[in-house]
Amino acid sequence: MLLSRVADALYWLSRYLERAEHTARLMDVRLDLGLDRRRAVDGWDFDRLFASLRVAPLAETPASPGTLIDALVFDPDNSDSVLRSVTAARENARQVREEISSDMWEQINALFLRLKQARSEGTWSSRPHYICRMVIEGVHLFEGVTDATMAHGEGWQYLQAGRYLERAGATAALLDLYFHGGSRLPPNHAEWVGLLRSCSALEAYCRCYTADIRPERVAEFLLLNSEFPRSVRFSASRVETALRAIAQYAGRGTGGRAERLAGRLHASLDYGQVDEILSEDPHDYFESIGRYCTQIHTAAYQTYITYPVETALPA
Amino acid sequence: MTSIGSRSRLPAAGTLFAGYDRGIGYDEMFGPDGRPRPHCVALVDELRAASSAELGLRQIEADKAFLTQGITFTVYGDEQGTERIFPFDLLPRIITAAEWRTLVAGLSQRLTAINLFLKDVYHDGRILAEGVVPRDLLLSCRHYRREMRGVRVHRDIYVSIAGSDLVRLEDGRFVVLEDNLRVPSGVSYMLANREVTKRVMPGLFDRYQVSPIAQYGQALLATLRALAPPHVTDPTLVVLTPGVGNSAYFEHAFLAREMGVALVEGRDLLVHDNVVYMRTTAGLRRVDVIYRRVDDDFLDPLAFRPDSFLGVAGLLNAYRAGSVSLANAIGTGIADDKALYAYLPAIIRFYLSEEPILANVETYLLANPSDRQFVLENLESLVVKAVGESGGYGMLVGPHSTARERDAFRAKILAEPRNFIAQPTLALSQSPCFIDDTIEPRHVDLRPYVLYGGDRVTVVPGGLTRVALKKGSLVVNSSQGGGSKDTWVLAE
Repeated sequence: MLLSRVADALYWLSRYLERAEHTARLMDVRLDLGLDRRRAVDGWDFDRLFASLRVAPLAETPASPGTLIDALVFDPDNSDSVLRSVTAARENARQVREEISSDMWEQINALFLRLKQARSEGTWSSRPHYICRMVIEGVHLFEGVTDATMAHGEGWQYLQAGRYLERAGATAALLDLYFHGGSRLPPNHAEWVGLLRSCSALEAYCRCYTADIRPERVAEFLLLNSEFPRSVRFSASRVETALRAIAQYAGRGTGGRAERLAGRLHASLDYGQVDEILSEDPHDYFESIGRYCTQIHTAAYQTYITYPVETALPA
Repeated sequence: MTSIGSRSRLPAAGTLFAGYDRGIGYDEMFGPDGRPRPHCVALVDELRAASSAELGLRQIEADKAFLTQGITFTVYGDEQGTERIFPFDLLPRIITAAEWRTLVAGLSQRLTAINLFLKDVYHDGRILAEGVVPRDLLLSCRHYRREMRGVRVHRDIYVSIAGSDLVRLEDGRFVVLEDNLRVPSGVSYMLANREVTKRVMPGLFDRYQVSPIAQYGQALLATLRALAPPHVTDPTLVVLTPGVGNSAYFEHAFLAREMGVALVEGRDLLVHDNVVYMRTTAGLRRVDVIYRRVDDDFLDPLAFRPDSFLGVAGLLNAYRAGSVSLANAIGTGIADDKALYAYLPAIIRFYLSEEPILANVETYLLANPSDRQFVLENLESLVVKAVGESGGYGMLVGPHSTARERDAFRAKILAEPRNFIAQPTLALSQSPCFIDDTIEPRHVDLRPYVLYGGDRVTVVPGGLTRVALKKGSLVVNSSQGGGSKDTWVLAE
């Protein structure tokens, strides 16, 4: 038995954390790539970063890593900043403190307090890498603590659904950017490596295809690999599993709308062919994944969280 | 033991106690001769062996534990929604087994009488008819609920959960300063203080047999189960909170987790055909018992304040229909009205034909002309309180007041005498606290938590010792610069 409001908070708790981690990693990679480039020619290419985060670029392009971090990590007025995501995740966790374990709460609260402290100390501008790592590790710790201390029941399934739905959408958007454009320069070798690293996928890719980095293989790996935890296919499969479990907990038969949509997305990735996808209309394809994610979210909400009361009253 | 005793004969000799002022009131640790009380000898001994730097480190550890656990309260009126930790003092306050026995007997007697009183005044009104409690005083209570007249409350349990504030007088006797019979808070701090003290000062426990308190959650659960409407064998219990914005939200979530029940907000509940449901992922589910941490006023916008977003429309009718139980019942606030408090000893005698075990503090009702005249002439030595307020608000502490504050209160009293009571300024007992790298005395009170399940009263052996952290201050409320410390009840 789970309150609808609690399900909602758990779902968003993990979506926000996933978002914070994703932003931190993209920034970490982007700042690292920028260090040994010819600045006059391609600079930091912060535009690509903003595009890959699906946020509008700032009015003034950040001049240095310091200003970038200030805007994307710490700016409380920027709804996409890491601090805002972590704060939102913590607020959701606070609303469901009786539902999650104390260890989980303490972990997310500690991450929040560390971030706030780093901001007030102001020493981060010279070591942006550590700020990004701190966030990524904080989120990983939370996920580990969650798996180790929370019953893998209904609430846990909402955490899974939130995390993997966010991840599927984010990875698809990233691929769209690299295969459709959006930046002034076509991706070079360093950028393809950057894309893989943005998904923590470089090492896993190399083990699969060797260090021979080719765009269609990168696409295949990040989109269709069934074993890599940040690929779209893997994420879609987790979303489907979570929604199926959620339907069971709610005492509903199989085949609800949310489940069907998730199953369809998963199946299309199961049987997808990368050469077909890239030769037809990759932009439309990647966008359709985003649309699926939105529809799955809406359907799940209508079934479990925002359903009209009249339909649920005893006759 | 003799060596400890002789060393402890000079409590002021240890550097930490160097500036300790034994004072003239009751000291929880030292007797009138300046020697540690017998049950404090071992504690004094430990403290004399400790250095200020060591205690300082433990204080940092303790504060950090509260912060990461999120045991914080939200400061009202602060737009940033700042969360603060409730200041915690390292040194435990010790209560002996014999003292505790008296307290339990007195608190049980008091809560039993209060429940009989509430049933009587909302039904037959025997005590009013016999003139023991004046009818107009009762009917003018802000928390009197006409809607509860004649309502059958399951098993006649009105107050399931009470928290009475006790203070210790110069002669060492505990007296009741006030009862909290609506939604008493602070029990989570009692439990958290113990957890943190165990973590940062484990050595202190070696020499004492301290009664455990961790069973509070189970005791509360059993108390709430006893309220389940008849014919419900496996009741669904919930804790109703106003939400994360409430200053006691941590406690609401904590208690729900301790009991393993859902924590709900008003928007999670709805009433249909006088049945309360909560909205779950599997559809609507019936609710049988609500431990509500929402005041009467906000409980049901149809019956009480229509602007409340915290409550559930139709809850009062469902309650009156008997399909759901509330803890505490609606309208229990009349019994903790500060003017009615003066009648508590008479109430105990009336229903139980017993003498009160715990005394009241002498109380002047400003609605009485003779009392009023006396109080207005002696404002600088009395404490004046608004009857319907809590949390240390609306209060004048005569000896610490300015002439202008007294004039302002004089005007308020004359405008609305029924709204005020006065009590002598009590010399609250003092207890050693670790403050600014040394040990200093501070005034303390004690709030034990009392549970009533219909056939018996349970008091978990402990309580919240609140500390007035400001030197010389007598106000212990957290909203007014108060802190707290762990409270040890020694096992028999």
